[in-house]
Amino acid sequence: MRRRIEPAVTRRHVLVGGGALIVSFALAPSSRLLAQDAGAAGPVPADPPLPGGLKMASNLDAWIRIDKTGAITVFTGKAELGQGIKTALRQVAAEELMVDFEHINLVTADTARTPNEGYTAGSHSMQDSGTAILNATAQVRELLIAAAASRLGVPVAQLSVRNGVVAAADGRSLGYAELASDEALGVTAKARSKLRDPTAYTVIGRSIERVDIPAKVTGGSAYLQDLRLPGMVHARVVRPPAYGARLAALDSGPVAAMPGIVKVVRDGSYLAVIAEQEFQAVAAMASLAAAAEWGGGAKLPSQSEIYPYLQSLPAQDDVILDRRQPMPAAERTLEVEYRRPFQLHGSIGPSCAIAQYADDALTVWTHSQGVFPLRKALAQLVNLAPDKVHCMHVEGSGCYGHNGADDAAADAALIAMAFPGPPVRVQWMREQEHMFEPFGPVMIANVRASLASDGTVVDWQYEVRSNTHSTRPGGAGDLMPSWFLAKPLAPTTPKPIPQPEGGGDRNAIPLYSFPNARVVHHFVPSMPLRVSALRSLGAYMNIFAIESFVDELAAAAGLDPVAFRLAHLDDARARDVVRTAAERFGWSNPAVLPRRHGKGFAFARYKNLAAYAAIAAEVAVEHETGAVRVLRVVAAVDSGQAVNPDGIRNQIEGGIVQSTSWTLHEAVTFEADRITSVDWSGYPILRFPAVPGSIEVHVIDRPGEPYLGTGEAAQGPTAAALANAVADATKTRLRELPLTRQRIKAAIGI
Amino acid sequence: MLTLTVNGRPHRVDADPATPLLYVLRNDLGLNGAKFGCGLGQCGACTVMVDGHAVFACLVPISVLPGRDVMTIEGLGSEEDPSPLQHAFVEEQAAQCGYCIAGMIMRAQALLEHNPSPSEEEIRRHMSPNLCRCGTHMRILRAIKRASQGTRFADADSEKRVVR
Repeated sequence: MRRRIEPAVTRRHVLVGGGALIVSFALAPSSRLLAQDAGAAGPVPADPPLPGGLKMASNLDAWIRIDKTGAITVFTGKAELGQGIKTALRQVAAEELMVDFEHINLVTADTARTPNEGYTAGSHSMQDSGTAILNATAQVRELLIAAAASRLGVPVAQLSVRNGVVAAADGRSLGYAELASDEALGVTAKARSKLRDPTAYTVIGRSIERVDIPAKVTGGSAYLQDLRLPGMVHARVVRPPAYGARLAALDSGPVAAMPGIVKVVRDGSYLAVIAEQEFQAVAAMASLAAAAEWGGGAKLPSQSEIYPYLQSLPAQDDVILDRRQPMPAAERTLEVEYRRPFQLHGSIGPSCAIAQYADDALTVWTHSQGVFPLRKALAQLVNLAPDKVHCMHVEGSGCYGHNGADDAAADAALIAMAFPGPPVRVQWMREQEHMFEPFGPVMIANVRASLASDGTVVDWQYEVRSNTHSTRPGGAGDLMPSWFLAKPLAPTTPKPIPQPEGGGDRNAIPLYSFPNARVVHHFVPSMPLRVSALRSLGAYMNIFAIESFVDELAAAAGLDPVAFRLAHLDDARARDVVRTAAERFGWSNPAVLPRRHGKGFAFARYKNLAAYAAIAAEVAVEHETGAVRVLRVVAAVDSGQAVNPDGIRNQIEGGIVQSTSWTLHEAVTFEADRITSVDWSGYPILRFPAVPGSIEVHVIDRPGEPYLGTGEAAQGPTAAALANAVADATKTRLRELPLTRQRIKAAIGI
Repeated sequence: MLTLTVNGRPHRVDADPATPLLYVLRNDLGLNGAKFGCGLGQCGACTVMVDGHAVFACLVPISVLPGRDVMTIEGLGSEEDPSPLQHAFVEEQAAQCGYCIAGMIMRAQALLEHNPSPSEEEIRRHMSPNLCRCGTHMRILRAIKRASQGTRFADADSEKRVVR
């Protein structure tokens, strides 16, 4: 029995008449943006759930406040991670409040100010917070119109609203500031809202420029890293060279005597240094690391044997689909295995946090995805009551899932508790980020399918094996720095994320109409390397596997891959994205591609409940080197009602480029005693010369339909479209990620 | 004490001469543009211009900089008065998280000052040292092309202005 890393083992949204804007509404029951489940057939329930994030905080004034000057502030529990919600959520509020976009102030995730919306993850921001703000602002507008009707003695139907002013036909008017009172907005939200008619939208549906970009391109203060608080000191942490190593000996005396050093912090094997100046802290960190002697540490499995090793670990099996129907005779059966390695988030800015312990309270500035869960875990970590811990989200570098943000906040908290008074800023070094962030887990998919003589799939058997895809806090023991304390904490026992969203089994259920289909999730609790949520979780791998195999089946049946997909696809919106991507790409163009060029197609609906995305790609494979050039990529996406179409395009373009990098280049490397991919040379990612020649994204707008999360929708389809294009170019199928030039060269046999 | 010329103005800096320029820019001069990314010269988040050439501020010690002109993104323009390149990045909405963008703009500025009409291939090759993890590359390339002179490039995303 191999030894594993210790923490892992036991315990993871006008009518223009005479120049006035007339309020135009779609009455509630027909409004599909009311709630996520409103599209479902059947009788309208008597007491439907509150829409979106209103379920988490039902008071309207938790979401919107209007002060005596008329300033409108909207509150969201979600965080800006670079996905553009600071702009899109303002658009939704401005639309329903019928004010200019510029009039909306927005406050994002803050434990002292905003609703608790859990984590900003899973492409849920528009679906949860966008839907909540759409409904809350619509209800507030109606309350203000009702108040105006009462005060003016005019029926609601004779009032018009423009730019935050409610006016009667006789010219009398009242502004929102005069109408809004604490009593007016301090009420519980209703399940149904009088939403504006999407055909009358003036703000939603426009590609309004993002509010955060001007500061970001001019050196304005845009990031947590840019905060310079009065009296702030700088800290750096010293990590062990391997998971689980303990600090055996340390003489910190010489470091304590270095210029500018304020304090060396040690608690068991937890080691950090505080300095007046940042570079002094960096220099002291290096000296401390050189002086520290470490012992022990977890033995890691062999990288070359990681897939058999994963197969050998005990698993909890869950049958997540078992569909049985009478089946025509199967003519041929194909069975294959697909593999995905550990992969990095690899944010360009290493994790950073600032904490200040003063007056018996801890204040933390963090780029965590979940300030509320983080507060709970930090309170436990430093033994304070949760109401004594205040966590504020400030933008950091891009996120892409559970990276080091929470851990850096824990570092800042531990160090600030050891040095009360001034704000303490901690920033990780590149090597620390690469080595200690939780990776996207290694995965295996085994799939077997049978074709009838007419080329239809009559049977589909799919099994996916994976570690957990979330080790987020949770408890204090899920904060990595706690593992090194003199009294180390244990991580929460890993659990699978249940369907319909799923974790390792996210998108493991194909959207195709296969008459017989069985899908099994083998959840592997013990983890040789630290893992957690990486953008799209298991969907990246499952879509890679399913959509690669669908191409293999189409080839076996001698059918065109797009026609093959459409033959098995009933969902009308799915068919629309597939047809749009194929048409815009020129899929059925009879011209023969140049030699060693190939084209590939893939489709998925993220989580089978969020955005639909179809992607077509053309690649060229260099015969001598195996290198893949991605010549062009065409995508079609249906995100429901498009609030900011350019924002959607930006997310899909970015997802395509990022997934191209994952798919062609990326794997964490390790040896028996340590992670070896500790910088950008050991973990190369896509650089400019290799990014696709062109990317086109076509947004299919669905006015009035619920928002469908988009941020992660391109990851899986990109992987499979590239793999399918490489297979078309080389006439050889590669089933193990990444599709490196070495593997391709080996496969084409030169 | 060293005197550094940053964005055309002299600054007296009291720091160890071995200190990398990045820390002095961010902490002593209070400039946010250059970012810490790797400290290894592998990602370009810290890119600034010295005497018109793109350099990694995380690597170059301040001891070699007296008498040279350091230019950071703050020296190019402001939100109210952006430079042509900064304006092009806004026009193209060329950012997601944006952490890499100041470095991208400074490296592109160095290119355009020497070669005002670079080809697509020249831009890609020149920008190679700088990493973006959000995948904003296509927009960054479009922004650099938009700011470059006299060269028309096929706009892969011409659809953008049509579909809303």
